[in-house]
Amino acid sequence: MSRLRRLTGWLTTVDHKRIGILYGVSAFAFFLIGGIEALLIRLQLAFPRDSLISAETYNQLFTMHGTTMIFLAVMPLSSAFFNFLVPLMIGARDVAFPRLNALSFWIFLFGGIFINASFLFGAAPNAGWFGYANLTSKTFSEGQNLDFWLLGLLVLGASSLIAGFNFIVTIVNMRAPGMTFMRLPTFVWMTLITQFLIILAFPPITVGLILLGFDRFVGTNFYNPAAGGNPLLWQHLFWLFGHPEVYILILPPMGIISEVLPTFARKPLFGYPVVIYSGILIAFFGFGVWSHHMFTVGLGPVADSAFSIATMLIGIPTGVKIFNWLATLWGGRIRFQTPLYFALGFISMFLIGGLSGIMHASPPVDMQQQDSYFVVAHLHYVLVGGSLFGLFAGIYYWWPKIAGRLLDERLGRVNFWLFFIGFNVAFFPMHFLGVMGMPRRIYTYAEGLNWELWNRTSTAGAFLLGVAILVFLFNALVSLRRGAVAPADPWDGRTLEWSIPSPPPSYNFAEVPIVKSRDELWAQKKGRRSAVPRSEASPEAIHLPAPSHYPIVVAFGIITLAAGALTHLWVSVAGAFLMIYGIYRFAFEYRSGAHG
Amino acid sequence: MIAEIHAGAHALPTSTGLDHRKMGFWAFLGSECMFFGSLIATYMVYKGKSPSGPQPHEILNIPLTSISTFVLLMSSLLMVLALAAVQRGDRLGAKLWLFGTPFFGSIFLAFQVYEFTTFVHEGLTLQVNLFGGTFFVLTGFHGAHVSVGVVWLLSLWVMALRNRLTPVDATIVEIAGLYWHFVDIVWIVIFTFVYLLQ
Repeated sequence: MSRLRRLTGWLTTVDHKRIGILYGVSAFAFFLIGGIEALLIRLQLAFPRDSLISAETYNQLFTMHGTTMIFLAVMPLSSAFFNFLVPLMIGARDVAFPRLNALSFWIFLFGGIFINASFLFGAAPNAGWFGYANLTSKTFSEGQNLDFWLLGLLVLGASSLIAGFNFIVTIVNMRAPGMTFMRLPTFVWMTLITQFLIILAFPPITVGLILLGFDRFVGTNFYNPAAGGNPLLWQHLFWLFGHPEVYILILPPMGIISEVLPTFARKPLFGYPVVIYSGILIAFFGFGVWSHHMFTVGLGPVADSAFSIATMLIGIPTGVKIFNWLATLWGGRIRFQTPLYFALGFISMFLIGGLSGIMHASPPVDMQQQDSYFVVAHLHYVLVGGSLFGLFAGIYYWWPKIAGRLLDERLGRVNFWLFFIGFNVAFFPMHFLGVMGMPRRIYTYAEGLNWELWNRTSTAGAFLLGVAILVFLFNALVSLRRGAVAPADPWDGRTLEWSIPSPPPSYNFAEVPIVKSRDELWAQKKGRRSAVPRSEASPEAIHLPAPSHYPIVVAFGIITLAAGALTHLWVSVAGAFLMIYGIYRFAFEYRSGAHG
Repeated sequence: MIAEIHAGAHALPTSTGLDHRKMGFWAFLGSECMFFGSLIATYMVYKGKSPSGPQPHEILNIPLTSISTFVLLMSSLLMVLALAAVQRGDRLGAKLWLFGTPFFGSIFLAFQVYEFTTFVHEGLTLQVNLFGGTFFVLTGFHGAHVSVGVVWLLSLWVMALRNRLTPVDATIVEIAGLYWHFVDIVWIVIFTFVYLLQ
């Protein structure tokens, strides 16, 4: 009975911390699935003319690897941090719309399961994560593979949009007294910028996917050249989303390491305002560079030059950030602990990915590298070397706060070095393979092209990466079972989340803090002024939002609606009714009972 | 009464003094701009690119659509009256205008249904050419937005009929109004680009 009640508690929770944990656990599960797909890809490529995996399965694996890692692993891992940390860092008791927050999570989870369910029908998406038209047309892809893909991405987009509105309002409107914008922790700033990117970048891909859906389900000709349609329309709509998406993936980890570095260098972040402005500039320019993904389609010298210059411009605020991080370390009393290792890994590896990015910014160079393994190397240096290193820095940094227990420091370092070495062994050789002419997305290759050595090296590195992830899982399980109990402030932190117990109580702050400084907790601890006086008010008196089961009902309605498109109209109708019913009950929930 | 309004709108003080729901809704409208912007851009990119089938100038009925456009614009006026009535606690006005606004919206939708069926009879379908595809998807998504607005406003009307819409609730009417005016403005853009600038 109590077990059932605990399960219901998780299903109906609107607590941002629990939702953060749900995001983290689900995203990590999807991350493991995406990782297994990557290992299968690497096994197939380890030997020339290998027949481990068929060409069709290979297409499904690389498509699902990309889709999973971007939409189901890295984005929701960032969401896990947004959810758990943003209210704590700004001194709030929850997000602005706790039930919408739960809705975002359940839509994400069901959408992720929906896309992956395609494997059960042998119909996993197979046109690449950017699904170029008109490979995606009914003519060239008859099965339901791409229907799963486009419906799943539409559903996931809704989840990201809802979360975007929620976090914008939370950050702008729920800051503790005295927490001005220029006192917001850098991670919160990067979160805010990311949400603006999400709400402005997702609509174009939504439209692109809707048009694709009309082409596939209704027989329109939006991407059909035979009827005057232009497949490049898809590329524009997709990359108008797709490039800002790159910053959606990298800005939150940049925020994370901007929190980790000052704590472990025991110095405030160097040039805080410049780091913030650089983040804003990166996001702003991010909307004006999408066609650098399209240099080879022949947009003409004027367009190519404009997008090339804009792309190189983005290197400036990015470089500024890197120098700010280095200057933060300079002269600090550095403590070498696992979060810092991963943060330094981020700076060095992201730098390599950034440099090869500058190379692609030049159209003549890009035309040589387009669709080669050089690009695969580049994107993994920014997404694994960048995003994932940053996210792991965050996991090691905030784990004690979230789990209430410490991770083992020695295992953490083993994890880091295996990850760092495995990552470089897996992806650095891809630069060579690209220059030697190996194209992306081929399921096998002939012997005698001199590609064998580097492919085999890369596969070995990928498995080393896999071992690193296993070490992390082991570390996490040991910590949860019998890790040392974490104090409130294990790292001598600077921000408000370290001022409350680990894990935080459901109401977060017994009394809402009054902020007078950028590194508020440091200012309190350094004794320049006394800590905020704790009130005697009992925590039971604090009003918290009540749990609700309508978020999961609405999300289930939405996914049923999507599933109906693949099965029968009546399933869609039932899903739509469930969704509408859920929305009405959701809207009137607070009006019937006590005031919310 | 003013104290009551304030108590309702600011159950918890916010950093900016703005209501959470209103701020969130403005963010949503920003996102919607990108959505309709992408749809309109698609229409413009494909303008004149249909090799066969009916062309815009052969089929679009500007006088007829001008009437429905006028009705939709007038519904925005009624929306303003509805909000004002709720804000000052005028129950009769609230009931009247909260019905009038979606009623005018429904007239617009009826015109659209008539327009769509006529076009299909004249040979313009989603599949026949790019003009058909872009036209129906763009105006159809706008029509879907109007329909959502109609259902939303009728729900508020039912609340008003049951006297459950007090001045404290003015914010939820205001947000519905934001949505309604936005959908209206989008139509002005669509009407200009699709009908007037052929």
